[in-house]
Amino acid sequence: MANNSYYDPKDLRKFGNITEWSEELGTKFFDYYGKVFEEGALTAREKSLIALAVSHVVKCPYCIDAYTKDGLKHGLTKEEMMESVHVGAAIESGATLVHGVQMMNKYDKLSM
Amino acid sequence: MLAKSLKTQNKELANAKKQLEILSNGIFSNKELPTFARKIMETGQFPLRPKKLEVLQINLGYMCNQVCAHCHVDAGPDRKEIMSQETMKQCLEVIKKTNASTLDFTGGAPEMNPNFKWFVDEASKAGIKDFIVRSNLTIIRANKKYYDLPEFYKSHNVHIMSSMPHWTRGKTDKQRGDGVFDKSIKALQELNKVGYGMPDSDLKLDLVYNPSGAFLPGDQDSMERNFKKSLLEDFGIHFHKLFTITNLPVSRFLDYLIASDNYEDYMYSLVDAYNPLAVENVMCTNTISVSWDGWLYDCDFNQMLKLKVASKITHISEYNEELINNRNIIISQHCYGCTAGAGSSCQGTVA
Repeated sequence: MANNSYYDPKDLRKFGNITEWSEELGTKFFDYYGKVFEEGALTAREKSLIALAVSHVVKCPYCIDAYTKDGLKHGLTKEEMMESVHVGAAIESGATLVHGVQMMNKYDKLSM
Repeated sequence: MLAKSLKTQNKELANAKKQLEILSNGIFSNKELPTFARKIMETGQFPLRPKKLEVLQINLGYMCNQVCAHCHVDAGPDRKEIMSQETMKQCLEVIKKTNASTLDFTGGAPEMNPNFKWFVDEASKAGIKDFIVRSNLTIIRANKKYYDLPEFYKSHNVHIMSSMPHWTRGKTDKQRGDGVFDKSIKALQELNKVGYGMPDSDLKLDLVYNPSGAFLPGDQDSMERNFKKSLLEDFGIHFHKLFTITNLPVSRFLDYLIASDNYEDYMYSLVDAYNPLAVENVMCTNTISVSWDGWLYDCDFNQMLKLKVASKITHISEYNEELINNRNIIISQHCYGCTAGAGSSCQGTVA
């Protein structure tokens, strides 16, 4: 069926298909991806929260859908989820604002 | 929150045939997803056959003091179907000669059956030592006549398995109704008081976790750690194990999936998470489910879908274990719920 939108939620189901056009790289990526999210020094729950924050920072609708669901699966509360989004937003806005120092430096250098 | 059962509301999905139609049409009839039969054929596991019978799971009725949003039984205070003493007597005849060692009571709220205690007493006399009661916890606090249940359970060393969807009030009440969390906490404290769930106690108290929405349960061990830590720190509650159970697309949960436009995604999640190892130990391979009116089923879900065992013997009154165990288990697409990830059964994960 024709779909005129760049993002279709149903495409997330087909993510695994990227392997069909480049089997070696696709397989390596999914092996790596799976390994990253296993319990390790961080719990799967902690990793899920980090992934949710990053999903928002990289503004990936597929990732937001996937990691909201994953967070529910790990028993995350809505408060924990929203705070993680704020952590991402704070780093992102901090990254913008810290460049203000560069602006101030340049301003001072150019000014008599 | 639902106030009434789908049956009382005359909803389309109160009808088992309609549910089975939905589970066979759409993404399964257009071959977007493989049917469960096709999937288990790939791994040479079709037809699914019973192994040694270990558990008789008896549904004492669909009456319940709660109306949970995900309930596959469509139970509630408005459901009047409960097991009669006559059917219980037929069950007792079977209990005397069965090879099954565990008697697993479910509902509804099994305790609401007026002959519940009598039945447990008689089954105990008939030699059953391993009892499980699937208790919703709040029943213990629902009415004075139930206040002595913890002591009654203790006298028969009944293993209690109780539902608890989350360690926070908000998520629990959303699934199970306002006030359920506080009442459940109180009931757990009462059970701890008589010794249930305490470390090293023989009085077994396990919790059952169902996701409160269209997602699969997380890892059983890590969920257990989170539940234990929170319930102990916040309320001083002890319990033994936590079992994660996947919600199957049956009855109210199916109704919810469709109404919230989550059905297809949920079925994709189940099929993607298919695990052939879980198929080996699905509960229908060691359990017979008996309905309130004495009919026999492969599991409680098939009971709700009115799919009786594929055997000459279909009623408890004509029970013959050898004949019944020589059958093929009836499957449909809801079975994917028991084979996703680490699997799911009334005893939690299976793989």
